Amino acid sequence: MSLDVMEMVLVTIIAAATPLMIAALGELVAERAGVLNLGVEGMMVLGAATGFAVAVETGSTLTGAIAGAGAGVALAALFGILTVVLSANQVASGLAMTILGLGLSGLVGASYVGLKRDPAPHLDVPGLTGLPGIGRLVFGQDGFVYFGLFLVAAVWWFLWRTRAGLVLRAIGDDHTATHALGLKVRKVRFLAVLFGGACAGLAGAYLSLAYTPFWAPAMTAGRGWIALALVVFASWRPLRVLAGALLFGGATVLQLHAQAAGIGLPGQALSALPYLATILALVLLSLGKRQGGSLAPAALGRVFTPHR
Amino acid sequence: MRIDLSPRANRSPAMDALSPVLAFAVAVAIGGIVVAAMGRSPAAAFVTYFVAPLSEVWSLQEVALKAAPLALIATGLAFCFRANIWNIGAEGQFVVGGLFGGWIGVATHGMTGNTLWVLPLMLVVGTLAGMIYALIPGLLKVWLGVSEILTSLMLVYVAELLLDYMARGPLRDPAGFNFPQSVTFDDAARLPYLMEGDTLHAGVVVALAAVVIATLVLARTLFGFTVRVVGASPRAARFAGFSDARLTLAVFAVSGGAAGLAGIAEVAGKIGQLQPSISPGYGFTAIIVAFLGRLSPVGILVAALVIALTTIGGEGAQIDLKLPLDLTRAFQGLLLALVLGADALSRYRVRFVPGVTT
Repeated sequence: MSLDVMEMVLVTIIAAATPLMIAALGELVAERAGVLNLGVEGMMVLGAATGFAVAVETGSTLTGAIAGAGAGVALAALFGILTVVLSANQVASGLAMTILGLGLSGLVGASYVGLKRDPAPHLDVPGLTGLPGIGRLVFGQDGFVYFGLFLVAAVWWFLWRTRAGLVLRAIGDDHTATHALGLKVRKVRFLAVLFGGACAGLAGAYLSLAYTPFWAPAMTAGRGWIALALVVFASWRPLRVLAGALLFGGATVLQLHAQAAGIGLPGQALSALPYLATILALVLLSLGKRQGGSLAPAALGRVFTPHR
Repeated sequence: MRIDLSPRANRSPAMDALSPVLAFAVAVAIGGIVVAAMGRSPAAAFVTYFVAPLSEVWSLQEVALKAAPLALIATGLAFCFRANIWNIGAEGQFVVGGLFGGWIGVATHGMTGNTLWVLPLMLVVGTLAGMIYALIPGLLKVWLGVSEILTSLMLVYVAELLLDYMARGPLRDPAGFNFPQSVTFDDAARLPYLMEGDTLHAGVVVALAAVVIATLVLARTLFGFTVRVVGASPRAARFAGFSDARLTLAVFAVSGGAAGLAGIAEVAGKIGQLQPSISPGYGFTAIIVAFLGRLSPVGILVAALVIALTTIGGEGAQIDLKLPLDLTRAFQGLLLALVLGADALSRYRVRFVPGVTT
């Protein structure tokens, strides 16, 4: 394989990995605060539809991306009211958000099916982007990719290097103790959920504005769920999310290349690859885990109802 | 401002029963506003969604045919959800049940002689297939502690792709002009119609029977008692010595079996052949039905009829009022959200305390 072909493959892997990475980072923060948001898929698909619709109307990719994130925040706010404020069941509420998001995205995107836009612009640094082998890889990505990488660093720094991050992690591990300390459990959780929604919406907007770039109903095709699995796979650590996203992105790209090359397996078997890989990854992770010790935030998914 | 929730000491049964009704009313009101915003008459939409399907015999039958798989799957899921086990892959178990049960229908096509055993075998194989498929996430959870939420969901995509492959590949009707579908089943492999000339088939009876059996099992058996105790208080259940692992596997088997049976009943009843896709999302909609019915079999039956009504109504609205089907889906998601919210309000007393935040 020549250097340029290798670069091409790596560029496509990064493109496939970026939405998974952004959505998983948001979910990671929410889960670190103790909230399991199964609505990622719905927030992502609504972000994709809204982002594309707004970008078409305003002609600006950036406005579209912001609107996509905003749509994710709106749905996350509803999720937060249900689970954080009203202490409703997180699993069921998350599923409701996914169903609602899929339905709403269909309504929002209905009149935009079949339209095409130019993909989000790629960075072009004279002299650098043209470098053979690494030019496009390092200096030729679109804004989403760079923002995603910034987000990895920012989330890592926030969670492990700031007091607020420590508070968030403590709340995710024991809401009763942190509540007794006077920490604002529900406020932090609500904000974490909103951040997760913004990331999911942005990841969706990446799909419709940069990756494909058009809107098709249910175009997320389970990526929100894979992002959820990615958080578990990464043991709730941002840097491992980056590595995991590249791995999963790699599986997706491998499947596409294998399908194009026409190897003996039926197309459906290859399409099932990312889902089977997710199950396999979860199994391997459990096998490798120390007996008895769970890496998940201890209060993850548990309902907190303060009174007095 | 702080919002305090304190558990209500004595929950009134009337309020418990009313809260889903209230949630439904709010969802309808919001739906009406959305419809008005889309420039259609909310009153006309209400009639199309909720009244028109009830006014004709054929559409009533369609409602029953849609409600049957929903009620069957949701009843199985109620066992899971009550025991705090989150099987959200019923869609996949439905597909696998339909595929493997339907396989028998394809294999016995054109067979002569005594074929009375074909249909029962299909139903049994479909049920078992759903059960075994559900046990994959069940066993992974019990053995390795892998989250059943993610594995059961991932297996939905795998099941759909498997059916797609089988219906386009090995099980395709060789004389079918390359249409991606299997042969049409013989009569011996079809669920009988309840009345001559109607569309209503025996799958509706199967679903009703499942609801009755589930009610009895939940209320009258040790297994049902175990499920209820684990749901109400996991700690008490552990003190009582109930095995977590056994219960997890049992509820996965029950819910997977119910979904598989619903799948083969759909294939042997309504569809009559294998196609690349056999479900308009029954397995996911059943999750809404289970919660809307408050995880009780009788409530689920009512909820299944209501959701089926909105689905049939949604198809009518698409034709009559050019309202998109996604509106129905959004409505159903919103309904589930509101039901969960209303449930919280009936469970807790909500007080607003000014000044501080938590």
